[in-house]
Amino acid sequence: MLRKVKDVFSSLMLVELLKGMALTGRYFFARKITVQFPEERTPMSPRFRGLHALRRYPNGEERCIACKLCEAVCPAMAITIESEQREDNTRRTTRYDIDLTKCIFCGMCEESCPVDSIVETRIFDYHGEQRGDLLYTKQMLLAVGDKYEAQIAADRTEDAKFR
Amino acid sequence: MMESLQALFGSSWPVVWTLAKIVAIVLPLMIAIAYLTLAERKVIGYMQVRIGPNRVGYFGLLQPLADGIKLLMKEIIVPTASNKGLFLLGPVLAIAPAFAAWAVVPFDATLVLADIDAGLLYILAMTSVAVYGVIIAGWASNSKYAFLGSLRSAAQIVSYEIAMGFALVGVLMSANSLNLGKIVTAQAGGFWHWYWLPLFPLFIVYFISAVAETNRAPFDVAEGESEIVAGFHVEYSGMAFAVFFLAEYANIWLVCMLAALMFLGGWLSPVPFLPDSILWLFLKVGFLVFCFLWFRATFPRYRYDQIMRLGWKVFIPITLVWIIVVGAMMQTPWAYLFH
Repeated sequence: MLRKVKDVFSSLMLVELLKGMALTGRYFFARKITVQFPEERTPMSPRFRGLHALRRYPNGEERCIACKLCEAVCPAMAITIESEQREDNTRRTTRYDIDLTKCIFCGMCEESCPVDSIVETRIFDYHGEQRGDLLYTKQMLLAVGDKYEAQIAADRTEDAKFR
Repeated sequence: MMESLQALFGSSWPVVWTLAKIVAIVLPLMIAIAYLTLAERKVIGYMQVRIGPNRVGYFGLLQPLADGIKLLMKEIIVPTASNKGLFLLGPVLAIAPAFAAWAVVPFDATLVLADIDAGLLYILAMTSVAVYGVIIAGWASNSKYAFLGSLRSAAQIVSYEIAMGFALVGVLMSANSLNLGKIVTAQAGGFWHWYWLPLFPLFIVYFISAVAETNRAPFDVAEGESEIVAGFHVEYSGMAFAVFFLAEYANIWLVCMLAALMFLGGWLSPVPFLPDSILWLFLKVGFLVFCFLWFRATFPRYRYDQIMRLGWKVFIPITLVWIIVVGAMMQTPWAYLFH
């Protein structure tokens, strides 16, 4: 009975509503946690799985040996590889396409690669302006790899002890 | 200067002069409405530990302008199944009363467009007309979500108008006038003489009813996104949609202005050593509007039956009881407390 009277009284006095407003009122003055994206960025792991790249050895030879493990493991079937025998009798790819609109960025291509050729980089803010722009060919992937090799190599070294 | 202008316009001078006064009220009001949208996003952002819009102009100050231009550029889609005339009449009926009511609002002892004796009655009539905009918009859209939204909204506005009206009856009894200017001057004498104190329950009921009247959170079931998408304005786009929003924010300013005039002493200064000024009015209105945003950032949405229960079973009895209390007290030696 007394409890009921107390409940009615406190609801009439808007006690709980005022408590709620006190809470939001305090947060009004709290330090804001917004990260102002293009100027500020959040920390990123060396394992970040962004745009793909094909790497080369330091002597300029491309790493990929066309074993097609990545093509086989890719759950989204985003990778298409064709290969042939080169004059020096090594097997190389003639075509290595990744359809980024299909890719789910699971990182399994990178894991399956025996020669660390296909990797996923830290780049995540890229775009295509028309249909087909996000179908990356071998040349485009190699270009990405050439451009960001320093960062890719550093990330791989940092993560090596966990692999 | 005035005389030369008067001579220039001749017999049409009263019309021109009144129009000029209307522009002088509506223009700042439009700016206030536009910036209330920014203030809302900023305040809610701050309460959610975000910083809100800050890209368009310094501190996001050009954001309302950008939003306005965007909405102006957009196409107004009129659904084929709708009743076209009424569909376009809906937003007009929503915004016209929200602006028209400002005619009788006194900003200062002398600064009022139409100093009529039944000012409060006029405002209540105008705010009641606004519900037609909502009903017509919902019906003319010929969409079930819009229809449900307008039904909810109409029922809610009608219910809370009763509690709101009763809360204002208490003010009338204390001030012995329907003229808004006289109601304010009746509260003269500083902070403790304003009507919020003797009519405290009515003040609270009025303010909460005002939140419900304007369909604001936590009473925004009319546009409960999770159930009926956007309520009565779900079929509207572009400027027709924007007009509904302008009406909503104009109503927020209006009900806060009324609360400041009736219960918080309008332009009167809270302390005797500072002069009465229009700035006090803006300060009070600003605080009340901030409370609207504060509520929205704090409270979750009411369930529909809870809204109806609160309106009919809680607010109306409270206001009725307090009106009787006020009436009875006026017959006793303590009557001065209520005048």
